[in-house]
Amino acid sequence: MRPLRVSVLGAGPAGLYLSLLLKKAQPAHEITVLERNPADATYGWGVVFSEETLGALRDADQASYLEITDTFARWDAIDIRYRDRTLRSRGHSFSAIARRTLLGITQRRCREVGVRLEFGTEVTDPSTLDGDLVVAADGVNSLIRRAQDKVFGGRITPQGCKYVWYGTDLVFDAFTFLFKETEHGLFQVHGYPFDEDTSTFIVECPRHTWESAGLDKMDEAQSMAFCADLFADELGGHELKSNKSLWLDFPRLVTKHWHSANPDGSRTVLLGDSAHTAHFTIGSGTKLAMEDAIALAAAVDRHTDLGAALVDYELERKPVIDRFQQAAASSADYFERVSRHTGLDPLPFAFNLLTRSGRIGHASLSVRDPSFVRAVDSWFGTAGESTTAVCPPPLFTPFRVGELVLRNRIVQDTPGGGLLLVGTEPVTEDGRRTPSDGLKWTAVLESAQGAAVGLRIGHAGRRGATREPVHGVDVPLPAEQAWPLVAASPIPYGPRSAVPRELDAEGMVRIRDAFVAMARKAVDFDLLELDMAHGFLLGGFLSPLTNKRADCYGGDLDARLRYPLEVLRAVREAWSKPLSVRLSVTDWSARGTTPDEGVAMAHAMAQAGADLIHVAAGQTVPEGMPDYRRGFLTPLADRVRSEAGVPTMVGGYLTTLDEVNTVIAAARADLCVLAPPDREWTTP
Amino acid sequence: MRVGIGLPNTTPGTSGRLIAEWARRADAGPFGTLGVLDRLVYASVEPFSALSAAAAVTERVGLATMIAIGPVRGTAMLAKQAQSVQTLSDGRFTLGVAVGARRDDYEAAGVEHRTRGAVLSEQLAHLRAENADVPILVGGNSGAAFSRMARYADGYAHGGGPARAFASAAAKARAAWHDLGRPGRPKLWGQAYFALGDADLTAKGEAYLLDYYAFTGPFAQTVAAANLTTPRAVKDLVRGYANEGCDELILLPTVSSVDQVDRLAEVLG
Repeated sequence: MRPLRVSVLGAGPAGLYLSLLLKKAQPAHEITVLERNPADATYGWGVVFSEETLGALRDADQASYLEITDTFARWDAIDIRYRDRTLRSRGHSFSAIARRTLLGITQRRCREVGVRLEFGTEVTDPSTLDGDLVVAADGVNSLIRRAQDKVFGGRITPQGCKYVWYGTDLVFDAFTFLFKETEHGLFQVHGYPFDEDTSTFIVECPRHTWESAGLDKMDEAQSMAFCADLFADELGGHELKSNKSLWLDFPRLVTKHWHSANPDGSRTVLLGDSAHTAHFTIGSGTKLAMEDAIALAAAVDRHTDLGAALVDYELERKPVIDRFQQAAASSADYFERVSRHTGLDPLPFAFNLLTRSGRIGHASLSVRDPSFVRAVDSWFGTAGESTTAVCPPPLFTPFRVGELVLRNRIVQDTPGGGLLLVGTEPVTEDGRRTPSDGLKWTAVLESAQGAAVGLRIGHAGRRGATREPVHGVDVPLPAEQAWPLVAASPIPYGPRSAVPRELDAEGMVRIRDAFVAMARKAVDFDLLELDMAHGFLLGGFLSPLTNKRADCYGGDLDARLRYPLEVLRAVREAWSKPLSVRLSVTDWSARGTTPDEGVAMAHAMAQAGADLIHVAAGQTVPEGMPDYRRGFLTPLADRVRSEAGVPTMVGGYLTTLDEVNTVIAAARADLCVLAPPDREWTTP
Repeated sequence: MRVGIGLPNTTPGTSGRLIAEWARRADAGPFGTLGVLDRLVYASVEPFSALSAAAAVTERVGLATMIAIGPVRGTAMLAKQAQSVQTLSDGRFTLGVAVGARRDDYEAAGVEHRTRGAVLSEQLAHLRAENADVPILVGGNSGAAFSRMARYADGYAHGGGPARAFASAAAKARAAWHDLGRPGRPKLWGQAYFALGDADLTAKGEAYLLDYYAFTGPFAQTVAAANLTTPRAVKDLVRGYANEGCDELILLPTVSSVDQVDRLAEVLG
């Protein structure tokens, strides 16, 4: 790259580290860093790095790497203090450093190589920054980004709990999670050491807990006193320290673009927090910012054209950031709702916590900490009796539902797992989806190879009378082959679908009795499942989008639940073996069923006699907004299991046994529907 | 995985003669499919017309829209165009459809932009009921697009990018397919741009991409930077897509020069 004039706004770790690396690679660059605060003003306490980041820092600048690692606090354990027990998991390799120290080292290195640092310089108009390259390293509220909002497309939304960032002179010897139940709700602490005599001590709680405790009305000193008092036992006489520490909402920032070409031919680029944030509960903000700096400096060095370098930088970093933001969202959501897991025993609670972001699973944790995973497996294998017995992984543990014992946790529609689940079998002729619907029961039962066999029964409702699914689903049969449809309300399902007749009182009795008759007929099956999902007849009663009835079966949630519960109770009387309900617990659609209502529905089903909820979502209406990805239903199953207090079965595109082990061991579900492996068709 | 090649129907200075010669050479080469792009407000040849011309001079190679913007056409007209290419090619056609990315195409067509998703679903339901013999791919990145794909189509048409971006979209497509209870698996098609030749030629390719994607702002630079301009880059991308389970990868030209067919054929060996 030709010599450039570079203006960097913001002397945080990202801006400084980028300047250092650029100048080292090309001493002819003229680099100026502008910072509104004085050189010694710092905010925040410690920052955490992983092993990979350290490797990248070593390769990028050996001198600062040595200084940084010299002052590092290092540890490999995570402690989870919950219900008066501390569970320790090892093998995690953390390092942390005081933000102040990190800044001091990078400032000094910048001066050594000839970067100009101008502290106490307030920039109010970013267009006054000149140079071939303007770097926005000015944080989440970046002045530069906001000045060209249309170009960068930044969006900030609050994420997760209310939180406050303290320091303490208590030196933890592990990354420490503390959980504390109060009359206002659950509080938790994320603590970790960052030098010989100080630790970071972040306190967080959901907004309603924060308001209930009156923290919204307390000032800085009162809040700190409250927290110190709350965690007095854990602090053991040590103090909390404030550094302008106020309660905050974490700002989740996503941006569409990270660089722009200016009219004068210069370029602007976003770096670190000015481009993206990742919730602090995965501890990666500074790490990601410094990795950005490394990638950008390398791209500038590699290319002769500055525009191409910036494109390359964005191409390299964006997918990485996307993955971290996804994991961060899962983690933030976990901590916001962690109180629902307080019914779990310490081991599954800890495993659930460690696997919250989806970045660690049963297999990868076994590599880091085999003895911890052995204890989890043992706990599962002995139903909580032992943590030392040698046991197979959780998916191989039997599962008992009623009198039925499934030999393992895998559910499939072909033989091989613990439960062979087939269907949906229509309870009436007009309840068929396609003309060929209807199973050969004897053949299914004979194919089971020793597994339990479940039969799902249902009525297609307004999704009936469609063509065979080879070339698509919900494509209506030609009129001359179709049969009349019934549904909760006379609203057609999709384009070209026939208008169903509103199910009348007589029809409701007829179909309820057909469910019961089929349950009686299905005696040779081990488990029965009622299909109340995906906008079929019973699911259509549950959703406000599809149930517009004026009688007592339409209206609020209780009214919409009435007919499905009547069917459930009638079947329950006729069927003594395990009974499952497949339920869409959200419609993924505006004004449709929300997960909160889905949890309430699941609870009502369990009260009415369902032994198991098969968690599904969407398809109530065809134009929903599902979030398809691996394990997309797992968070919903977790909510139903912990909040409605009922065992759950979940699919949602789980394709590997490791995913199943992780879901089961974290108590997010009890049974998993395994999809065909997604790589089986991969060209070798 | 099969590899296909794009027809130059949106590159600058294209002509009937070029499209016909391009198609003949592709038919004789190692390519599975000839693909076309669709843009209303841009100097280009309408995709069904381009494929009709190609159909007339080829015997073997498949023909596909990657993708056609469904809603800018009336449903019956879209079905007619699709069925026509299917007939002209004796059954070698695959219809890729999506809502597209440009608002001005909708304005020019006099079609409402807001309801584009629902209109595309109606079109798909119509095509599946009335044109059962036309294979269909659906593109798009939203949850709604994936469920539309799994409900009505035979597979997914990815919009381009590195292999890991394709892999992530492929997982979503498979998840949607499984969720909607479709038997088997979705066909997965990918696409990428190329320009093989000297620096002048690749510069032309870059200029075309910057112009074609100018409406996306800075993203145009990202697309232009991803243009495959060396045999090595082409081979790496082909390998990457094959590893992620892609069924057909269409490599789209960025210059109107017929030797691109031969150069690409040579690289693919």
